[in-house]
Amino acid sequence: MTKYDELTEFLLRLGDSALIQAQRLCEWTGRAPALEEEMGMMNVGLDLVGQARNWYEYAAERINDGTDADTLAFRRDERAFRNLLLVEQPNGDFAVTMTKQFFYDAWQFHLLTMLKGANDERIAAIAAKSLKEVTYHLRRSSQWIERLGDGTEESHQRMEKAVDVVWRFTFELVEKNDAELALSESGNIPSLTELPEKWLATVNEVFAKATLTVPDAPNTFYLSARTGMHSEHLGTLLAEMQFLQRAYPDASW
Amino acid sequence: MYAQQVETGTKTVKSLAEMGPEEKAFQEKIDAEIKIEAKNWMPDSYRKTLIRQISQHAHSEIVGMLPEGNWVTRAPTLKRKLQLMAKIQDEAGHGLYLYSAMETLGADRDEEIEKLHSGRAKYSSIFNYPTLNWADMGAVGWLVDGAAIVNQVPLQRTSYGPYSRAMIRVCKEESFHQRQGYEILLHMMRHGIQAQKDMVQDAINRLWWPSLMMFGPSDAESPNSAQSLAWKIKRHTNDELRQRFIDQTIPQLELLGCTVPDPDLKWNEERGHYDFGEIQWEEFYEVLKGNGPCNRERLETRRNAIQDGAWVREAAVAHANKKQKQQAAA
Repeated sequence: MTKYDELTEFLLRLGDSALIQAQRLCEWTGRAPALEEEMGMMNVGLDLVGQARNWYEYAAERINDGTDADTLAFRRDERAFRNLLLVEQPNGDFAVTMTKQFFYDAWQFHLLTMLKGANDERIAAIAAKSLKEVTYHLRRSSQWIERLGDGTEESHQRMEKAVDVVWRFTFELVEKNDAELALSESGNIPSLTELPEKWLATVNEVFAKATLTVPDAPNTFYLSARTGMHSEHLGTLLAEMQFLQRAYPDASW
Repeated sequence: MYAQQVETGTKTVKSLAEMGPEEKAFQEKIDAEIKIEAKNWMPDSYRKTLIRQISQHAHSEIVGMLPEGNWVTRAPTLKRKLQLMAKIQDEAGHGLYLYSAMETLGADRDEEIEKLHSGRAKYSSIFNYPTLNWADMGAVGWLVDGAAIVNQVPLQRTSYGPYSRAMIRVCKEESFHQRQGYEILLHMMRHGIQAQKDMVQDAINRLWWPSLMMFGPSDAESPNSAQSLAWKIKRHTNDELRQRFIDQTIPQLELLGCTVPDPDLKWNEERGHYDFGEIQWEEFYEVLKGNGPCNRERLETRRNAIQDGAWVREAAVAHANKKQKQQAAA
């Protein structure tokens, strides 16, 4: 299993997370609770696949061995994927889907806001473009958290359950990380040390409006996407997503 | 996508002399190509026919997301995935325009959707066929959207203003989908390996006849057409449009280097059109009755979506009410 340099690994973390989140949104096609949500989910998904492609293209240039964005998306195994554990979790009901989306959007929003000021011009440019989209994603998912949390008795209960299901995977969003510290010390990216508290502040604010309780800080556990230690859900997701490229390796689409 | 067989409730078309004053004025307006708008007087049967047609059209957009949704998680490249996602998003948007146009006639979208789910309203028969390989995503774009466009281009001039304006917007996006679909197939034929070329031919073999059926029954079997034509809801007969579609599609098929599964297809110099074989009308009517390959799955998926999403919609309403009360109190 190839491990790339820290910056490339970081780019893959961003690209893979966006792609896997989008893949889960695609699974909702034709199954959303309202037509407006069919459009909304596809719209967010489209933005995310576009972002994934931008991060992959930069990563591929750095890898520089003929790899391109599609190779990265469709020809790596689960042990090489660097996406957040959160985004690979199954969709569950609309409350689980929206909770995952909201946690991810809030993380992306603060992360991209910081990366927009990166010394690396390529990162700064992709972050600036993505941030415009993610600002909209966060507004949309925050509003849904509020509607569902402070809607009916049933929707409130479903939201509490969804938070319970998903919360343990948020440790990755708030963990201090040596690799990223090294990247910021070498000047590639800005310091991300404030990301956890900013993320938590957004969660607190939206949960208060949604009459939801923020659980205690999640424990770090044995899995970590940084080392390609995923939950069992990623393998089947990739089997579906990559099937054509794997079955017809010589084909051009 | 569009409506395929719409009941008008009238088997014979009245002459101007047989009409009352209001109806006569209405028909003269139609004949003068003046658009009918929501607040204008219209015969009850015109209103009902349009509600049936536009809702059927809207339902087709929504059910039509499912055969493509079947491949969106398996699209082979990021570019193809983006294209397919954008297309599905457009289709949801078309459904929304069309339901809005339908509501100008006094119909209620939830009621019409309930008719679809209980099997009382139709949607295009084509979406009852399964998508079995990636080339189907190209063939659906090229043939299915292609057939829809042939039907919809004249509908831009349909007599009811809101429907006509919806068609103008929808047609622009549909043409784009059709070109994209064709490009998927062309790429597979020109740059693909044998397995991909086989996929393309297989997709055409399966979707060719169902695409021709999208134009509805033959003119001889379309008792409702005369009234729809007199009202200028329809602008051409089913057979005219089917012929137009075949004539413009065969050269595209030849450019691909593929064939159609019709041994009787032949250019007719004298008519200046392609002759083609007999459509399996029995299959067509069975599919319309609900006995096609995927009718059951398609409706189940849509019913489940609405049932499973009920609590979400209820929460949205409850929350909006709370907000409104808070604002009123403030």
